[in-house]
Amino acid sequence: MSKHLIEVEHLRQYFPAGGFGKNKKFVRAVDDVSFYVDKGETLGLVGESGCGKTTTGRTMLRLYEPTGGKFTFDGDVIFDVANKQYANMLPYRKRMQIVFQDPYASLDPRMTVGDIVGEAIDVHKLAQSKQDRYDQIIHILERVGLNSEHANRYPHEFSGGQRQRVGIARALAVHPEFIVCDEPISALDVSIQAQVINMFEDLQEQMGLTYLFIAHDLSAVKHISNRIGVMYLGRMVELADSYELVDRPLHPYTKSLISAIPIADPKQARESRRIVLEGDVPSPLNPPSGCTFRTRCPYADERCAAEVPAWREVENGHFCACHHIDKCN
Amino acid sequence: MGEYLVDVKNERLSFFTPAGEVKALNDVSIRLKEGEVLGIVGESGSGKSVTAYSLMGLTAHPGKLLGGELHFNGHQVEKMTEKEIRKFRGNEISIIFQDPMTSLNPVYTIGNQITEVIRLHTDKTKQQARERAKELLELVGINEPDKRLKQYPHELSGGMRQRVMIAIALACEPKLLIADEPTTALDVTIQAQILELMMELKDKLGMAIIMITHDLGVVASMCERIAVMYAGRIIEYGTTDDIFYHPKHEYTKGLIRSIPRLDTKEHERLVPIEGTPVDMLNPPAGCPFAPRCDAAMHICLREMPPVTTFGDVHYTQCWLNQKEEMEKGASHE
Repeated sequence: MSKHLIEVEHLRQYFPAGGFGKNKKFVRAVDDVSFYVDKGETLGLVGESGCGKTTTGRTMLRLYEPTGGKFTFDGDVIFDVANKQYANMLPYRKRMQIVFQDPYASLDPRMTVGDIVGEAIDVHKLAQSKQDRYDQIIHILERVGLNSEHANRYPHEFSGGQRQRVGIARALAVHPEFIVCDEPISALDVSIQAQVINMFEDLQEQMGLTYLFIAHDLSAVKHISNRIGVMYLGRMVELADSYELVDRPLHPYTKSLISAIPIADPKQARESRRIVLEGDVPSPLNPPSGCTFRTRCPYADERCAAEVPAWREVENGHFCACHHIDKCN
Repeated sequence: MGEYLVDVKNERLSFFTPAGEVKALNDVSIRLKEGEVLGIVGESGSGKSVTAYSLMGLTAHPGKLLGGELHFNGHQVEKMTEKEIRKFRGNEISIIFQDPMTSLNPVYTIGNQITEVIRLHTDKTKQQARERAKELLELVGINEPDKRLKQYPHELSGGMRQRVMIAIALACEPKLLIADEPTTALDVTIQAQILELMMELKDKLGMAIIMITHDLGVVASMCERIAVMYAGRIIEYGTTDDIFYHPKHEYTKGLIRSIPRLDTKEHERLVPIEGTPVDMLNPPAGCPFAPRCDAAMHICLREMPPVTTFGDVHYTQCWLNQKEEMEKGASHE
């Protein structure tokens, strides 16, 4: 019996990308990622596009079939690829939900908002009667700041922020314990982002939710998360308490990521010195040997090319995968 | 005249959609000197892109310019014929679009697309244009320009493509570069590269830049002047320090308050701007921000506030500022 609500060990997700037989190629979208999330906690996951953060979230919910690794939810094994153990997902779909990035693409334009939220209630047979179903829908819509009037409208009648509220209501309809929030604020206007972030926080407090909050905007993630994991090219490079991570980053990638964020304060922006990384993220089809960050890392040497740095706990709760932690600090 | 490179006066522009008239720009005025960087910030639909596009004569159907003057470098853009505009667009003024994935033509090579601009606007031969294209690629920090010229857009990464877009925009050394959310589609580390490149090029070539963005962080580090737009109006205009340290309009204040900051030590709750963005088909009478404004007064819901100025540059459109100024004036008498 483990004490964490969510436990992910050595998660791998490879996607086939052309080639036959021996020459078959794979995109290593997620490669050997391990972490845990406690009940009521928010773990943030940041990284650039293509680093595997979204895939991690989706694989956990078995929206993709995992290539390797083990995922335990509240002590129950959801999948354990090595031992060929796979749980029946239906009961767990009620306990784990997801909010998608694009509120424009993730809602069926032909369904009313009431039906979008109600569909989950139907699938899991949570309503006793028609009236009960209706009451539940209204109750959930009110929770996310919408009202009964909205239930009969279609998604196109709503603004982006309101649509994202519908997406959240849909996830909440089955009273889940754990929600994967996959870039839920990226598509929204700045003034609306803060509304949605506050709502996530309120809901967590009221319903005791646990979040995996995926985003590329580190300042927003820092705001909502207790701990943050940083991913680069399919691997987790650093994981720590959110204040610790921003104040004392250990991995050179985390450092450059933090310094690259434009500061909304002209005086600080003028004084700050940016670490501008050279080049682009390498293709995940053909990742560099050893440490995947070495091609852009100012500290890289032969050792980085030869061996993959181990994922280790450097300080209490501060994990990092780098050969040269001492050298770059 | 002559003092400003860009001088837009009281521009009014509407889109006549089947659902009704959308007043995209209402009395928008912008001035920019040579070599200056102006940031236009606002939410989607606030009119920031339309302002810049109309300056290039790129108002799409069903948009119509209803009033105002658009002066650029001695030209009066709204009076130019399509033929004249075609000569001047891409030559004296050029643009980088938001999405480098879709703004390059996928069926032509990079070289083709750069030389097209050069040959259109100068009388260089094919060979000379190619040499110039190579220079430009080097200028924007692309290595192995010979190889890149023969490649197609899909062979390049997002950051690389945006560099190519910049190279195309700079081909004729324009006096003004309009950057329409140039880094929104890019990752933060690539964004930092592109912003740095743009500032370098600005110093090297001495061009003016209009930077359209919704990211206050980007304007804070790059711009000298900032225009904050809301519902087709410039509701506040000032130097970067005015806007960030002495914002006068409630919307600007709210916008700055609502950004999550990286340097907070304890968990603070964000202060969002409540409500939803304006419906541009049925804008409220009076100040467009009034329905979302905490400090709205009766008059805000009825009449559009006049301009209140603070010093030479800084101005707002808000009844609260107007009221304060009047009270100040009254106490002096």
